[in-house]
Amino acid sequence: MSAVLAVEVPYWGQSLLRVLGGLVAVLLPAGTIVYLFLFKMMSFMQSRLGPMEAGPYGSLQLVAEVGKWMQKEDLAPENADRTIFKMAPLVVLVSTFLLVAVIPFGPDAYFTNFAVGVFFGLAVSSISVLGILIAGWASANKYSLLGGLRAAGQLIAYELPLVLATLGVVIQAESMNFQEIVVAQNTGAIFGFEWLGNPFIFTQFIGFLIFMIAVQAELTQAPFDMPIAESELVSGYMTEYSGFRFLIFFIAEFATAGIFALIASLLFLGGWGVPFVWFDWNSLDDVSWWMNLVGPLIMLTKMLLLTFIIMWVRFSYPRFREDQLQTFAWKVLIPLSLANIGITAILKVAV
Amino acid sequence: MSEFLRDYLTVIWFGAAALAIGAILLGAAALVRPSHPNFEKSIAYESGVDPVGIGWSQSQIRYYVFALLFVIFDVEAVFLFPWAANIERYGAFGLIVMVVFIVLLLDGLVYAWKRGLLRWV
Repeated sequence: MSAVLAVEVPYWGQSLLRVLGGLVAVLLPAGTIVYLFLFKMMSFMQSRLGPMEAGPYGSLQLVAEVGKWMQKEDLAPENADRTIFKMAPLVVLVSTFLLVAVIPFGPDAYFTNFAVGVFFGLAVSSISVLGILIAGWASANKYSLLGGLRAAGQLIAYELPLVLATLGVVIQAESMNFQEIVVAQNTGAIFGFEWLGNPFIFTQFIGFLIFMIAVQAELTQAPFDMPIAESELVSGYMTEYSGFRFLIFFIAEFATAGIFALIASLLFLGGWGVPFVWFDWNSLDDVSWWMNLVGPLIMLTKMLLLTFIIMWVRFSYPRFREDQLQTFAWKVLIPLSLANIGITAILKVAV
Repeated sequence: MSEFLRDYLTVIWFGAAALAIGAILLGAAALVRPSHPNFEKSIAYESGVDPVGIGWSQSQIRYYVFALLFVIFDVEAVFLFPWAANIERYGAFGLIVMVVFIVLLLDGLVYAWKRGLLRWV
């Protein structure tokens, strides 16, 4: 990041900038998704206006919501295991922040540049399961316990298709570093035609579909929302939470939706880059400095596109049955993604 | 400090930032929110009916087999990633070895399938 600023920034300054950037990268997607999709788009799809009072077209509704949640009493059930009950939302929030740390937004605009970035991202994304399981258990509520167990079963079942779909991209890019995956997509060519680069959505389309389905399930969005199924379990593991602790769960859910969409755009849609052939760039070092400013905008656009699809599916489809959920993961998605890996690997080695 | 370790330090800062944000939000709310605990409020909410027994009731754990299968396949993925990142270097030999590895594990999945373990009972 010091290269962007052209002056040498001390380490604490760099870290502060990164943390502030991370904060924006968590809260901005969450706010945008909740207002744009959850409030407005869902309302329009259901032939109603949605929030209209707070600010023009209800644009200050989020501020009003935070004000509302702030005034709610912080309750814990009598029988609950209070310490870990109160800790659970923070575990989920930490998982979200750790996940955002791997995402690059430009050639120099990254928080961390792990050689095994993909691996790290997939690993920390599963910490949230722990928080959800803790929340479900500590509430001492039968609905919460069932919701927490359902969430755990669902998240581990769909973790595998997610990991295996990512593997196809790693095979094609021959790297686990997000920057190298982005460069591989933007310097690639489809059948010698290099004007578009080679976004892996074309060559890994099955992988992309599996990844997006698994993301839908990991985020527990409908049609995979059995852990918080309102008609069966009140609100699942979140039933006993009120006030800001509930809000933290809520923020973490939608921030994670945005971050998974960012990861999907890095893996399949070319990430922050434009096809390098447009500007005669050959490698990461040739990329102009202004990509650090344009890159985040490109990423934001792709994130909105993908979260739009996630929310569209959420508002359109009814819930699966619990047994169908596990059957779909183990009997359809996992064999399909293993076949996808096999075919990708054979083509990669043979061609 | 090496670049490698600095990246992990950044991750620690991110975790600390998450905890700080959570603490600030909850602390700010603590200044505003009311606190009038009473017995009715602290009963677990189970659709308005008073809960019978405690919340940690026994229920059938159907996830046991799935959790075991998950561990097996997740460890498989751990082995697949380093190969995938160096696939050209290992070439045809690596491909054959890994296909044998995947087929062996797939065999396990088919076995579990045939035994009816993947059925939700």
